[in-house]
Amino acid sequence: MNTTAQVLEKNKERILEKWMQNQLSDASLRDDLMTSDELQRQSKEMLDGLLRAVSKGNHDNIYDTEFEQVTDTLRDISITRARQGFSPRETGTYVLSLKQALIEVLVEQRQDDTSTLYMEIMQLNTLLDNLSIVTFETFIKGREEVILRQTDEISEISTPVIRVWDGILALPIIGTLDSARTQIVMENLLQEIVNTGSNIAILDISGVPAVDSLVAQHLIKTVSATRLMGAECIISGIRAEIAQTIVHLGIDLSNIKTKASLASALQLAFSMTNLEVRRNDKNKGLNIMR
Amino acid sequence: MEIVREQDVVPFRNRVREFSTRIGMSLVNQTKLITAASELVRNMLKYASGGKVILEIISHNAKTGVRLTFKDEGPGIADIALAMRDGFSTGRSLGLGLPGAKRLVNEFDLKSNPGEGTTVTVIHWKHGR
Ligand SMILES: Nc1ncnc2c1ncn2[C@@H]1O[C@H](COP(=O)(O)OP(=O)(O)O)[C@@H](O)[C@H]1O
Ligand SMILES: [Mg+2]
Repeated sequence: MNTTAQVLEKNKERILEKWMQNQLSDASLRDDLMTSDELQRQSKEMLDGLLRAVSKGNHDNIYDTEFEQVTDTLRDISITRARQGFSPRETGTYVLSLKQALIEVLVEQRQDDTSTLYMEIMQLNTLLDNLSIVTFETFIKGREEVILRQTDEISEISTPVIRVWDGILALPIIGTLDSARTQIVMENLLQEIVNTGSNIAILDISGVPAVDSLVAQHLIKTVSATRLMGAECIISGIRAEIAQTIVHLGIDLSNIKTKASLASALQLAFSMTNLEVRRNDKNKGLNIMR
Repeated sequence: MEIVREQDVVPFRNRVREFSTRIGMSLVNQTKLITAASELVRNMLKYASGGKVILEIISHNAKTGVRLTFKDEGPGIADIALAMRDGFSTGRSLGLGLPGAKRLVNEFDLKSNPGEGTTVTVIHWKHGR
């Protein structure tokens, strides 16, 4: 009698064909993300590796060296699919539809020997279930990488330093000011103070959802660093509920210039630099018309 | 809710916001509770390398509120009175987390056994009293 590996090896073409059919017939698979030639090539490589490992008598331990190529290919596929935006379903279907194809072929070939068939199906089940776990682990890792990269990008782009006036910088802070963000904010700000020779920086925290003692400590540090550079710092955008919370927490901001809005902070900055904003007389007519 | 790393802080605070919005808590009271929660969860991460928080909506004597229980299995606090003092910190920070949180919420309870861990329970009522 032929071993499982021999039966499978002999019917490799049919398995591949069935597997491809299963994959392509799954309504959820998007052909915009990958051509079917590519899929065919990938699947063949994967099946070859799998049969090679099974022919060495290994049916269960996918962490053995025989399976290295299979799990590597699988990880490759899963991580690529995660990055390309395939759904978990599409990614999982890949391995699960191979299981289907393998079992179908075995059922055809083992009609006269159901007890062997039963054992073989049990083994293949375990094996392919383990491989689907690898698929999902890798898929999720791929997604996490995407998220981490986006987090980095967000903290980069969300800390712009704006030159609002000659000598006056504004820095709107949006989101949570954790230690990593503070570092970026502080570096950007100090660099920009040097680049522009500004002597006033406005830190606007309207977009910060909560000011706890850690955020406050970060703000205080940023203000001290700004002062060391010879510039003055104003914190604006302190909403009423934030002001109350800061007082209850017991944070002392009395050494720091604070304003409720960016507009009033700008006004303060103007008066500190002896600038004055006045309505031009020529606009009087316009005012009456309004 | 499990808290094991810094990235868990923001989702946790959003959950607290969700709970307090659900019972119709005003913005000021929400902010107080969220800030206190933020302090306690950061302590848990910093001094006990994480722990668990239980969020509950509770009713008592016709009052509705949110109760948060912070449970960790860290080193515990040897001198609670000292830890509750404004400005006391073993972590080179402001030392306002515990005393500040106590001032922000309606009810505050801290239990700790050195070597076993720390449990802090806070309650904030819908109307802030
Ligand atoms: N969950 C905890 N486990 C162990 N020690 C803690 C915990 N929370 C607070 N502490 C101790 O209490 C001190 C005071 O905490 P806190 O008032 O939040 O100030 P800070 O966090 O700035 O140090 C901490 O420095 C730490 O020694
Ligand atoms: Mg603290």
